[in-house]
Amino acid sequence: MAPAIELHNLVCRYGDRVAVAGISLAVEPGSIFGVLGPNGGGKSTTFRVLATLRPPQEGSARVAGYDVVQDAGQVRRRIGVVFQEAALDDKLTVRENLTHHGHLYGLRGSELRARIERVLENVALLDRADELVEKLSGGLKRRAEIAKVLLHEPEVLLLDEPTTGLDPGARAALWQQLRRLRDEHGCTVLMATHLFEDAEQCDQIAILDRGKLVGLGTPQQLKRLVGGEVLTLECDDAEGVVRELPRIVPGAEPMRVGEQIRLEHPEAHRLVPQLVEVFGERIRAIRLGQPTLADVFFKLAGHEFDGVG
Amino acid sequence: MQDVLVVTISLARREVVRFLRQRSRVIGGLLTPVVFWLLLGFGIGRSFRPPGWGNDVDFAEYFFPGTLLLILLFTAIFSTVSVIEDRRAGFLQGVLVSPAPLLAVVLSKVLGGAVLALLHGALFLLLAPVAGLAIPAQAFGALVAFMVLDSLTLTALGLAVAWPMESTQGFHAVMNLVLIPLWLLSGALFPMEGAAAWVRVLMRLNPVHYAYAGLQAALLPAAPRIPVSIAAGVNLAFLLLLIGWVVLVAGRARN
Repeated sequence: MAPAIELHNLVCRYGDRVAVAGISLAVEPGSIFGVLGPNGGGKSTTFRVLATLRPPQEGSARVAGYDVVQDAGQVRRRIGVVFQEAALDDKLTVRENLTHHGHLYGLRGSELRARIERVLENVALLDRADELVEKLSGGLKRRAEIAKVLLHEPEVLLLDEPTTGLDPGARAALWQQLRRLRDEHGCTVLMATHLFEDAEQCDQIAILDRGKLVGLGTPQQLKRLVGGEVLTLECDDAEGVVRELPRIVPGAEPMRVGEQIRLEHPEAHRLVPQLVEVFGERIRAIRLGQPTLADVFFKLAGHEFDGVG
Repeated sequence: MQDVLVVTISLARREVVRFLRQRSRVIGGLLTPVVFWLLLGFGIGRSFRPPGWGNDVDFAEYFFPGTLLLILLFTAIFSTVSVIEDRRAGFLQGVLVSPAPLLAVVLSKVLGGAVLALLHGALFLLLAPVAGLAIPAQAFGALVAFMVLDSLTLTALGLAVAWPMESTQGFHAVMNLVLIPLWLLSGALFPMEGAAAWVRVLMRLNPVHYAYAGLQAALLPAAPRIPVSIAAGVNLAFLLLLIGWVVLVAGRARN
């Protein structure tokens, strides 16, 4: 099957600053795809290109089989876009918002009314349909927003940081909704996020850093790139400990970030007693864990997730 | 074409409903000009002696069409601020990623704002008898026609200023610096006949002067004035120019 989203050597610049530096990737139809990256990584710009709000300087982007520049109109008919800020009119009721949205997509009359009932039922918001949006909580607004973009039955759903500001319950509900869309409607979902918790739940993720694609795969595949287990040491004298480590653990390649040292090792748990004995009080804390996406990012990008310079 | 119409009317309706649900705007657009009119009109009153008008016009009467224009302008401005709010709230982006034609999005703003301006203008007309103005039946059609045309033009003017703006503060600065002077130089506050030569030149170049001229012709038939056809023509040309420009500017936010 043709990819639902296809980027080919995408380049975007703002003046001299390169926001996206040649990204190519393909998203399988009917999957949930996460674009993970720190702020400034290029994911917002990529998102705007896919949403037909910004033409790329070089390369191309296709969504649902159409070029976002040449066939922008066809793309717009087939995408549903959820922005970070709810694109709802606060002064209108949920139903009024949905009605106007339907008109934008050429839906009218009884067909539109029936669809509104259906999508509101779908997100369990039928009982709040005639309330002003400004009276709704953040989680309910998000649900109204989802209902709105489902109205025209998009093939591809684009979401920009959709879980920002949601409490854990609302976040779980949103994920459930997205999985249902994928499973029951074959909808392709692309989500831009800077949260590992969200990326963890995606079928596939692309990791962006400084405008480049540094990793692509399922969360499990990516985690396998990090060798085995990860030890994190907190030391006052991190520099000294890093220097001495390879003598104690042959072949070790520790990485230091401030007072923290990370050490990947297939059998890291066996090292714990030995390290504690050798370094004693020079180690303030020691943590053993399975690799996380944070470790993956650190390995692929060579710096901490938030430490974008 | 049908798409353009459906989207325009739908979004224009939203514009009107949204505005009417914010009471402070309803009052601000109407009450401020009315207070100006009452204080200036009856304050200056008979001290006002415009050249070539005869002796039987007082300022409350003279200032009536000017106040009507101010009401149309204020309401147009208040309603077009919504485009900045829409952008900040994300609503505009939601519209831009839809297949709705850009022209329809722009027209809906113009139409919605114009309907609101007309509503406010119509309410103010009820005060005409207080000013001692009797609107002759044959002038009424022309009055309504110019109110419609002026409302559209002034809303388009507000939109042309508001669309590229990032913040409402910036909009208010331009409003004080550009829109209010355009109104001052329209003839709304003082007649062109008594003004200095360079002010007269500015007034002739001011498109809002022609918006005013139509209202003045209907409400103050005794006043010396430019022909109605010229007023209407300039107004219409200005309106189309503004809409074209806004569509161009709006298009930059989209592929």
